[in-house]
Amino acid sequence: MDARVGHVPEGQDTELHVDAAPVNKEHAQPLYADREKVYPKLVSGKFRSAKWIIMAVTLGIYYLTPWIRWDRGPMAPDQAVLVDFPGRRFYFFFIEIWPQEVYFITGLLILAAVSLFLVTSIAGRVWCGYTCPQTVWTDLFIYIERMIEGDRNKRMRLDRAPWSASKIAKKATKHFIWLVIAVATGGAWVFYFADAPTLARELIAFESQPIVYLSIGLFTFTTYMLGGIAREQVCTYMCPWPRIQGAMFDENTFAVAYKEDRGEPRGAHKKGASWEGRGDCIDCNQCVAACPVGIDIRDGLQLECIQCALCIDACDTIMDRVGRPRGLIGYDSLQNQQARTTGSGARTKVVRPRTIIYSTVLVVVGAIMLIALLLRAETEVNVIADRNPLFVLLSNGDIRNGYTVKILNKGDAATDFEVSIRGLTGASLARGQTRNESNLVLSVPADTLESGKFFVQLPSAEFQRLTSEEKTLQFDIVITDTASKSEVVESVSFKGPVS
Amino acid sequence: MTDQEVKPEDEIETTGHEWDGIKEYNNPLPRWWLNIFYITIVWSIGYWVFMPAIPYWAPGGWTYTEGIRELSQRNKVAGQIAEVTAERAAHRDEVANLSLSQIRDSEELYQIALAGGASSFRDNCAGCHGSGAQGFTGFPNLNDDDWIWGGKLSDIEFTIRHGIRWEDDPDTRYNEMPRYLADEFISREEVYQVTEYVLSLSGLDHDAEEAEKGKTIFANECATCHADDGAGMQEMGAPNLTDSIWLYGSDREDVFETIAYARNGVMPAWQNRLDEGTIKELALYVHSLGGGEE
Repeated sequence: MDARVGHVPEGQDTELHVDAAPVNKEHAQPLYADREKVYPKLVSGKFRSAKWIIMAVTLGIYYLTPWIRWDRGPMAPDQAVLVDFPGRRFYFFFIEIWPQEVYFITGLLILAAVSLFLVTSIAGRVWCGYTCPQTVWTDLFIYIERMIEGDRNKRMRLDRAPWSASKIAKKATKHFIWLVIAVATGGAWVFYFADAPTLARELIAFESQPIVYLSIGLFTFTTYMLGGIAREQVCTYMCPWPRIQGAMFDENTFAVAYKEDRGEPRGAHKKGASWEGRGDCIDCNQCVAACPVGIDIRDGLQLECIQCALCIDACDTIMDRVGRPRGLIGYDSLQNQQARTTGSGARTKVVRPRTIIYSTVLVVVGAIMLIALLLRAETEVNVIADRNPLFVLLSNGDIRNGYTVKILNKGDAATDFEVSIRGLTGASLARGQTRNESNLVLSVPADTLESGKFFVQLPSAEFQRLTSEEKTLQFDIVITDTASKSEVVESVSFKGPVS
Repeated sequence: MTDQEVKPEDEIETTGHEWDGIKEYNNPLPRWWLNIFYITIVWSIGYWVFMPAIPYWAPGGWTYTEGIRELSQRNKVAGQIAEVTAERAAHRDEVANLSLSQIRDSEELYQIALAGGASSFRDNCAGCHGSGAQGFTGFPNLNDDDWIWGGKLSDIEFTIRHGIRWEDDPDTRYNEMPRYLADEFISREEVYQVTEYVLSLSGLDHDAEEAEKGKTIFANECATCHADDGAGMQEMGAPNLTDSIWLYGSDREDVFETIAYARNGVMPAWQNRLDEGTIKELALYVHSLGGGEE
């Protein structure tokens, strides 16, 4: 039996009824069965409108972000969001992240994950239903398909029809537009990794690196395959998130649900007939026809359901037509369902241990990141003591230690840093590996790491005296910003022969 | 509990094997898996054609099909080396053509030379002088300020170029300390006395009475090269005996052995082994280690 052919209930108002059966109904899928194609029907309503807006905004963000300019002065790129691999920097508007600060990105990912947990525990798969790229692009691809081949019934008829010139033309047009979108998707991706206007010119002139074309090709392929061909199978079989988020659901989680207590017993309804003794569900299958993952929402919470809320729109339209209140399918929690059946009146709790913990983690991680970002030093100093040789014995018996001072200037102006020593009596400091050995000032250009070699020399007698008091000699190398007079103090040890 | 369906026996056969009552269905391989398997077979054919792949025996030894792209890790490395060499060519020429002090005057060129010198040092010199130029007994520490043959840039360059006691190089730095005891220039007792005197020169623990006797012997036998006060002479390669640095050790036994049997270490001449630029870079690098003289 063709799974798509549903039953038309006896006495059904055929105008409202749609011939649809959920292709992904539980147990309708033996292990080696071929995929049944899903033909989602267009619905209209507030959720559909919201989804059009979200689609426009998210796609807009994705395609346009690389083109936003942000002035950082003459030495740095002026692209607002840029992952600069050759320059080893990540630019995000006013933030500039160096490779050693990759923990900011870790923090961002933690924030994203916990936000996802919080939203999921409150309102279910909001991410999946509205903003996941898979959902957005699939929605876009279905929109194209509908534009060319027509709505559900026309598409089904076209697929069943023998090949003809018009069928070929329609299919070819559809796949061509899909490919154009896919290429644009891959094309937008690469702009995040290079100066967008320059790269765009190179791309058109076929002067870009092979890796750029390869990336575009890869993204074209995945966009076309996942959004156009695979669609709901990505969510059902490939994505781990539906499995993970089961852990965030509980009886207080709002999810798109069929209100069984109100809808049952379901059955066909004739215009003007009484609603006494029966449920509000007229079994018209509109919710099934609208579903992009091919399930029947009336079967309850299901793994396949991405909670896109399109069945809500479909059902509300019908409820309006038959004159029953909206919301037979809507956001509802198990707690609410239970309360209605038992009449206990217990309310769904949004504030509960789970959401409190998620919110706390969110606030704490956010605060840590904000503090780290605010306290982020413009100057980073590293002092590396020579390891080979640990010390040098000079001809007059003095001991000399060598240190490499590395100064990272993250600021946007060249800065002079004066190097001095503190806490080692009798010692002298000199610069090595440069013409001017008395110059103890290290000039570091903006956005640069500069290093200098420094020698600390301790007279023999002083070394003997100090080591007789203490086994290891610790002292400070002080790096002073000559302009702001701010200091960075690095504690290092002075090595000498063991007596 | 979920409703479990029973797999119809007539659709899929079992493998025919049975282990303790357990039978296995001969289920087909997943199609996606099978398709990928076929793709890898097709891929491998292309790989044989394009890439190095199949070993075969040809007269002269084993070789392999190189593939029409002639792409191998060996060729890749050779290409990269050629690329880097070409990139550095400009600087190399500059370093080779300028004088040492000219290089040192240009901060940019000087830093490039130091970086090049550091890596050449590890390739060529670290074997004896140590990777940190720290030296070992008999192999001088190049970080300190004590130089046997001089610590000016030009001295260091000359030493690297011509070596020390390197017989193949006519310009090599050469001297020979006599083997005072072995060749019987002085008696064993006199060697003892000179040893004590040498130890006294740098304030090491010594026998004052013996040292006093050794002083006269030193003046007659040693002062010609090591100078009257024992401070040595760089022009002759005679080490300073009054400082804290001892190439072969400052123990009584070490000093005795040096006087009795001499040491006369050897360093190769590098002028025919290294190119002009590398020698200059090495001289600058050694000079920059902390003991270079002006």
